[in-house]
Amino acid sequence: MNIDVGLFNYWVVVILMVAGLYTVISKGHLIKKIIGLNIFQVSVFMMYITMGKVEDGTAPIFSETAVAYSNPLNSVLILTAIVVGVATTAVGLALAVRIHEAYGTLDESEIIEMDGGE
Amino acid sequence: MPELINIALLTFLVVISVVIIRAKDVFTAVMLSGIFSLLCAGLFTVMDAVDVAFTEAAVGAGVSTVLMLAALSMTTSQEKERPTNWGALVVAVLTGALLVYGTLDMPKYGDPAAPVHTHEQVAKRYVETSLVEIDVPNMVTSLLASYRGFDTLGETTVVLTACIGVLLLLGGRRREEDEHEGS
Repeated sequence: MNIDVGLFNYWVVVILMVAGLYTVISKGHLIKKIIGLNIFQVSVFMMYITMGKVEDGTAPIFSETAVAYSNPLNSVLILTAIVVGVATTAVGLALAVRIHEAYGTLDESEIIEMDGGE
Repeated sequence: MPELINIALLTFLVVISVVIIRAKDVFTAVMLSGIFSLLCAGLFTVMDAVDVAFTEAAVGAGVSTVLMLAALSMTTSQEKERPTNWGALVVAVLTGALLVYGTLDMPKYGDPAAPVHTHEQVAKRYVETSLVEIDVPNMVTSLLASYRGFDTLGETTVVLTACIGVLLLLGGRRREEDEHEGS
């Protein structure tokens, strides 16, 4: 059974990207913003990996029986991106912890209010 | 069949991302983002990127969930109620509409003739000659450590910088607390 996926993957990537963007803009809690950023990030990973898939291909490991291999370059780029993503998440969370210590809240609008408005 | 799994997992991802947005408690959102990462790992396996899949499962679902839980335990998971931000929704959906318009020119899923696969100097060359040149059966490994070694060096630099940043942000705090207790 072969279903033609077509561009479905890219559309889901766009939906996830919109979800991440909306979370980052509209949510007040700083850690929730970081979760939104992560969703946004994962949607980009998904786009790269989708581009790397080859029909009837196998994972890019040499074998006698493979007909075709999926693209290894996309995997390599995204491997780097995942690790960098976690590093930046860690810095963001550390900043959130410090902000909570200084202001006693993680709500964006309350923090802006305490700083004397915009 | 893999196409069916692909579509099912992608649908789950959309559902989970909507639930994350609507979650009242940030703790719930963190746990759901762990599930989100694990489903992504499954998807990466379906799309033949096994190395990415286990990195995502270990780092995305494991380490970042633990980091977020640690951060939550030091702060608060209560989120203030906010009215729906219609402006943000319009901006996000407009961006999405433009991006969907952009995808219409993309090659179809799994198309072997897509430009990513046919460039002579890049993917094609790695697939054809990396076994002779590097002698490692896993192409992703030989690419990561050899052909694109400088990329990996840069990645390590970023991780080091992030570690220094986190230590500076959180390490100094303990000392201040100690001083307050001492005085």
